[in-house]
Amino acid sequence: MRPFEYARAGDVAEAGRLAGRFIAGGTNLLDLMKLEVETPEKLVDITRLPLRGIEETDDGGLRIGALVTNSDLAAEPCIRRDYEVLSRALLAGASGQLRNKATTGGNLLQRTRCNYFYEPSQPCNKREPGSGCGAIGGFNRIHAVLGASKHCIATHPSDMAVAMRVLDAAVETQKADGSSRTIPLGELYRLPGETPQIETVLEPGELITAVRLPKPRAGTQRYRKVRDRASYAFALVSVAAIVRMEGSTIAEAGLAFGGLAPMPWRDAQVEAALVGKEPTMANFDKAADILLAEAEGQGGNDFKIPLARRTLKAVLADATKGA
Amino acid sequence: MNKHVMNEAIGETRLDRATQGVIGKGVDRYEGKLKVSGKAPYAYEHLVGEKVAYGFVVPGPVGRAKVTSIDTMAAQSLAGVLAVVSGDRVMHSSAQPMGPDVPAMKGEIYHYNQPVALVVAESFEIARHAASLVKVEYEALEGRYEIESRRGTGRASDGGPMAADTKRGDFEKAFAAAEVQFDRTYTTPAYHAAAMEPHSSVAKWDGDQLTVWSSCQLLDLNVQQIANGVGIDASKVRLLSPYIGGGFGSKLGIGPDAVLASLGAREVGRPVKLALTRQNVFQATSRRGETIQRVRIGATRDGRITCFAHESETANAEGEGFFEPSGISTVFLYPGSDRLVTHRVVTTDVLTTSAVRAPGEATGMLATESALDELAEMFGIDPIEFRRKNEPEKDPQEDVPFSSRRLLECIDEGAKRFGWSDRPKTPASRREGEWLIGWGMASASRANSLMASSAEIEMDPAGRATVKTSMTDIGTGTYTILQQIAAEMLGLPLDHVDVLLGDTSLPESSGSGGSWGANSAGSSVYVAAEAVVAEFAKRLGVEAETLTLKDGHAISGNRQIPFSEILEGETIRVTGKIEPGDTSNETNQASYGAHFAEVAVNATTGETRVRRLLTVGAAGRILNMKTATSQCYGGQIWGIGYALEEELVVDARNGLIVNHDLAEYHVPVHADVPKLDVVLLEDRDPYASPLAGKGIGELAIAGVGAAINNAIHNATGIRIRDYPVTMDKLLPHLPEEVGAAA
Repeated sequence: MRPFEYARAGDVAEAGRLAGRFIAGGTNLLDLMKLEVETPEKLVDITRLPLRGIEETDDGGLRIGALVTNSDLAAEPCIRRDYEVLSRALLAGASGQLRNKATTGGNLLQRTRCNYFYEPSQPCNKREPGSGCGAIGGFNRIHAVLGASKHCIATHPSDMAVAMRVLDAAVETQKADGSSRTIPLGELYRLPGETPQIETVLEPGELITAVRLPKPRAGTQRYRKVRDRASYAFALVSVAAIVRMEGSTIAEAGLAFGGLAPMPWRDAQVEAALVGKEPTMANFDKAADILLAEAEGQGGNDFKIPLARRTLKAVLADATKGA
Repeated sequence: MNKHVMNEAIGETRLDRATQGVIGKGVDRYEGKLKVSGKAPYAYEHLVGEKVAYGFVVPGPVGRAKVTSIDTMAAQSLAGVLAVVSGDRVMHSSAQPMGPDVPAMKGEIYHYNQPVALVVAESFEIARHAASLVKVEYEALEGRYEIESRRGTGRASDGGPMAADTKRGDFEKAFAAAEVQFDRTYTTPAYHAAAMEPHSSVAKWDGDQLTVWSSCQLLDLNVQQIANGVGIDASKVRLLSPYIGGGFGSKLGIGPDAVLASLGAREVGRPVKLALTRQNVFQATSRRGETIQRVRIGATRDGRITCFAHESETANAEGEGFFEPSGISTVFLYPGSDRLVTHRVVTTDVLTTSAVRAPGEATGMLATESALDELAEMFGIDPIEFRRKNEPEKDPQEDVPFSSRRLLECIDEGAKRFGWSDRPKTPASRREGEWLIGWGMASASRANSLMASSAEIEMDPAGRATVKTSMTDIGTGTYTILQQIAAEMLGLPLDHVDVLLGDTSLPESSGSGGSWGANSAGSSVYVAAEAVVAEFAKRLGVEAETLTLKDGHAISGNRQIPFSEILEGETIRVTGKIEPGDTSNETNQASYGAHFAEVAVNATTGETRVRRLLTVGAAGRILNMKTATSQCYGGQIWGIGYALEEELVVDARNGLIVNHDLAEYHVPVHADVPKLDVVLLEDRDPYASPLAGKGIGELAIAGVGAAINNAIHNATGIRIRDYPVTMDKLLPHLPEEVGAAA
């Protein structure tokens, strides 16, 4: 771990001015600093900022403070009632101890679990641009089959972000100059392309202050996470779904995917392909065809392609059953 | 010294009479309160309050190389850095348990991320930062990082835990002539012990005397290894390991930390503390070797095994003699007059392989107990009936009798408790919504061994006893069972017996390993206690046999004399020693058991969850029902890991251990573990030791993974021979149709 400066922000405006790397729960950043994968010169502690509230918004949605812990958010009665997919995704992630520390804003910005990213003696374009990708041709069982590039095949590890994505969440931020903006989650992340080290559109010093959820959507909500052990393992495939039936046809379908791509993945064409259709396996297969049309395995992760199809179909069957 | 050589079966003892009534009871751990209140100091926690320095290991960033220079300038100029220790003496991995040698690096990198230097600094944080500033220049050499493509290139090692080859008759001829031939190959990956407490040491010099607190299992060997590593005489070294946070074989030989901390402390002139990081533990200690195992079984058409071959290939580093002895139980477990058990070591430039919990059985029975299940299915016989049909009457290799073998009783008891008669007879026939349900069973066996060990009992004038031995307690319950043995033998309440362990200034012991600890160290306490009783008898002028001891009193005829009266203000000290003898050769000794598993395999995803797990064991006298049962729980959980999750992944391009932390090296978590059931049969083995007990620490891991795999087959009809059975392996064979969850 490199020596670093430490400053504590007294208010949101000061956090931006202090110009450093923000730290809240630190459940990911501290590990990476110990390994010198992350080497910030300055940490700005934002844990004292008043960003722990959950409040209703005028449009019937929710505004979740960036420092609300994953445990608290998962347990919040209105989340459990109206945004079940989010509560379930949160509880599927990490461990009880980590969820007690990890925050809403930090969870969105956690880094990949790619083994080569974590090993400083190995090439990694995300850690050290231009050094190459150790995972391509190496151990890539946990890696991306969608949205990857020849420079990086890492996945985004968050469960929460997958649920946030299907819920059409947006982040509120404050930039270093004090101005603020709202970024839909679908626009927050960037695909790796040639610059896998740049993961989001956030500017230096830009702080996520809250996550906004629109008013609850009608429909059945599901979060299904497929992993190598029953807890404390990252998703190999996960599916967040909100499906509303009208009679015997699907009226609305929201679907987001984890474990498959460098960001929580959503494909409007997959959803459009389901709307107005009967909930049949043949129709689910068509949706999966669209989702996986460009999926590309790297050897060790080839199984994710059929696994994603099977999981999607099972989730859709489950969310539409009884119709 | 009072010595007992195990040359003949033991008769009735004070343990059988159980006058005090403490032997076998599931009493709480002797040191339990200290541990749960944080008052039991582990290696790194010694020398609190002393001015110490801190070490951090510099890893070599390549798989195989000659080191050309180590540039320490930048590190040494950092404020707070006291020294950078490098050179030939740096240990690149843990020492093996077979001898006093230690693996010194001698200018080379033998495996990825091996230690190449040690930074010593005023704080852990400074040392860690400085370590990243050390520049290692090297000339890369070609490395060999996997065994699959190099099958057939292995060597027959004569320095392993058993003979490389064990043969009887002419297997090839018998197999060729067999009515039914079974020939399958199974693979197991590399594993890591991954004990909770990382390998850690604190070293302190007083003149030329070195004291090391380290996390070690075999202190009397380990002290020699430290001396060798540092380059001094063993008489100058004292080693202490009072409490150990798990070893599982990975601490049988010293870790590189013990020597590095000692060298660092000598260099900077003050004590040095060194704890390996979790990454270091994975990369710089030792591991279990990957295996490729070919199992061939010949049988008659009606299901009688006539010949058995188990040929294993595994890995180790250049010049290393140890090999994973996968065929260790195959030698005697099932019949066949023509037998062939072989082991070959393919050399790789990956972390040294060594003993990990149940070396041999843990990997070998994943193969053989699956093979038995496959054969039973071929014959259309229930796997229990198939085993019953093939139960040998004596050791089929050596023709000697089994000292005691209650395998079938374990199986029958387990079958009854598990409800085996309701097992789905046809694979893939039971389904609950999305889940395919299956049951499986497997045998367990673990070779028993007795080692030389000694212990002192000190009786103070008040009649309290203290047991002293260099024996270790690696979390198994050694403190507790030694207290129980002494209390039972001497007729003392438990709280009148203290136990001192884990210090080479105490009488030499077997140490902990190979499930021999309880039997060996426990027997030495038995022998010492017998000597105390003999002394009491002498003083009372009676025959020892006529003396009954209870609650601190000697009872003879109608006399009842308090020990304090017998001792007359004196402190007496006696040492007892146990040595293995003829019974080890004249009988085949092993513990036995049976596992029963129910699994649910998700028909959509291939995720497997264990729903029920029962182990029935017979391991001679159980000294403490609670700690013995806990040992079995641990074995069962390891079995879940080996069946479903654990795999140390090595990048075949460069030798990197890819998953070198506990987030990515998957061991079972609580959610993976169902309610575990363990039943230990009432048993005595008079040939095994004066305690009539046998090893139990490794029994429950033997075969349990195969029981789970057999249950997966029963659930799905799919047979995976490449452990662990992860979803990607099941997925292509699962029903194509995906249904809704129940």
